[in-house]
Amino acid sequence: MSKLLFVTGVLLSTALSSGGALAQTTLTMWYHGAGNEVEQKLVNQIISDFNTSQADWKVELQSFPQAAYNDSVVAGALAGNLPDILDVDGPVMPNWAWAGYMQPLKIDETKIASFLPGTKGVWNGQLYSIGLWDAAVSLVTRQSTLDALGLRTPTLEQPWTKDEFMAALDKAKASGTFEYALDLGTAWTGEWYPYAYSPLLQSFGGDIVDRSTYKTAEGKLNGDAALAFGEWWQGLFTAGYAQATQDPADRDAGFNSGKYAFSWNGNWAAIGTLAAYDDVLFLPAPDFGNGPKIGAASWQFGVSAKSAHPDGAAKFIEFALQDKYLAAFSDGIGLIPATASAAALTENYKPGGKLAVFFDLSAKQALLRPVTPGYVVEAKVFEKALADIANGASVADTLDAAVDEIDADIEKNGNYGF
Amino acid sequence: MATIASDNRGLRLAVRYAVLILIAVIFIFPLIFMVMSSFKPDQQLLNDTGSFAAFLPVGDISLDNYADAFKRAPVGLFIFNSVLVTGVTVLLSLLLCSAAAFAFVFVDWRGRELVLTAILATLIVPFETIAIPLLLIASKLPWIGLEGLTFGWLNSYQVQIVPFIADGLTIFLFVQYFKDLPGELIEAARVEGASWGQVYRKVVMPLAGPVLATAAILKFLVMYNQYLWPLMVVQQEGYRPVMVGLQYFFQLNRAWGEIMAYLSLITVPVLAFYLFLQRAFIASIASTGVKG
Repeated sequence: MSKLLFVTGVLLSTALSSGGALAQTTLTMWYHGAGNEVEQKLVNQIISDFNTSQADWKVELQSFPQAAYNDSVVAGALAGNLPDILDVDGPVMPNWAWAGYMQPLKIDETKIASFLPGTKGVWNGQLYSIGLWDAAVSLVTRQSTLDALGLRTPTLEQPWTKDEFMAALDKAKASGTFEYALDLGTAWTGEWYPYAYSPLLQSFGGDIVDRSTYKTAEGKLNGDAALAFGEWWQGLFTAGYAQATQDPADRDAGFNSGKYAFSWNGNWAAIGTLAAYDDVLFLPAPDFGNGPKIGAASWQFGVSAKSAHPDGAAKFIEFALQDKYLAAFSDGIGLIPATASAAALTENYKPGGKLAVFFDLSAKQALLRPVTPGYVVEAKVFEKALADIANGASVADTLDAAVDEIDADIEKNGNYGF
Repeated sequence: MATIASDNRGLRLAVRYAVLILIAVIFIFPLIFMVMSSFKPDQQLLNDTGSFAAFLPVGDISLDNYADAFKRAPVGLFIFNSVLVTGVTVLLSLLLCSAAAFAFVFVDWRGRELVLTAILATLIVPFETIAIPLLLIASKLPWIGLEGLTFGWLNSYQVQIVPFIADGLTIFLFVQYFKDLPGELIEAARVEGASWGQVYRKVVMPLAGPVLATAAILKFLVMYNQYLWPLMVVQQEGYRPVMVGLQYFFQLNRAWGEIMAYLSLITVPVLAFYLFLQRAFIASIASTGVKG
């Protein structure tokens, strides 16, 4: 009898002690960081902290390589197999929301009031996603290069004008020190083109699409400002300032080995450049007439439309927005923390830090790529048009054709709900 | 006169070998570049690309890229998955497609020309056009496994194998080969009382070495290089094949040395399979010749 009581007691106590774990509802999560050891570790840490911090939810992670992530999500959506929580590249979010892959994110928005604008994924007046970091592009050069060429150091308050920028390229080319004056990074294809180059078009006064209606690109991508941008863009290559076709090895190592005077590159490459030179400068984008612009929005977290537990998913995302995690991501993978208070906790972005300038660039120059479901198509059309123009195609004809293609897509999709 | 003719023959032979060696070198250089680069640090690898050093084991040589590749991704798991999926698909494909071709060529049944034409017509349909309907079907198919009856084949080996077992090209290869076999052999076996199954197993398949090798190599390459389909149907790392795994190495700052190390590793099964079947191919032709 006593043995029976003992066994019953053990079984009961085991059941009770595991009660917390049994009560946890599993939330599935997809993330694009497979292959990035540091990023994986950081995400796993947040998940582990969240899972042990409360008894209601348990997040389980499935990681994908970044290059395959978007296609996997689209396939998962088609097959009705999306997770509860997913991450999404900022400019792609409106498309996934419009397509019914995501639902609005219900978190306490006072907690993101101080976040950089580029980290907030808002579409149709509703928050769908939020990022722990942003990314920024700068004109990278060396103080010694500016000194040797006799150039003024541009600032956020007083960036180079178009004339100053072109004069800098002229001097760099004439010096004979560099193989090319400017590394634009044309070796990087895909999202790099609209992310890095459409802000230049916007600084000229044009755009990929008319943001006042999002129903056409007419007048914006082929208007006078866009034509001026196109001629200027083509001139960079015909005049020999930059390469229309670039060896990927040059993109990765060219500036650091002295091949270029200037490099248009992102903050993610900055650590490597700092290691190569001790006088690196990260300059703001030049002002081509309508204010200096750089791209904004990186990867963000959101909730899938099919999630049966959006409250739990939102709780996890809210949990991940703590400054300590924002700072950990920044220290780990070099991206810009979403808040100033998190930046102060980091090694590189704290006031006076080596990369602090990127936080200011992101706060003051960043412009979101067009916030429309049609962006995913518009981005590809824009990329092709710029590559064609760089390789000698007629500027006017190419931009007209790009407008036709974008407008046809918008019309085919019923104006994407606008 | 004889000396001149002999000299001409020697010269022609020398030129022929020179051209063949040049072609061989052109084809093998990318492989040499890949393997040599896999031993070099990134900076050296990029610097060497502009010179002949790219093809030589010079500079700072080590196995670090291989160690780092294994840290970045479960390389062994990806290779295992690909070899398993490819191996099973190739075996089942050879079995099923040869049996189908046998039925088309040797067995007389109504409508076989029409069915064969329909199968061959699938050769002009790109996989991409049927990928989404196939995904929708695969996501709802039933399966009986350790967990009992479940629905949906996503995240499994069978979803990577079953859709590719039968295909028009493999059936076509077998049909063409079987048509050239002497009909007297089959007639003799039938007269002796052999069943169709026995004719298939004991008469036709022993003579099918060359087409088996060819079909196996083609199928192996297609399956081992699968990217789009596993990308669509596999969300769990445990089932991912090598080509999807390659994407693990394409981060914002690319580690080219690790990419080359990974590519060198995943090329090994392909080369081994090809070399193995190349010998089988030659042996098969030789044995067929003796019988002939």
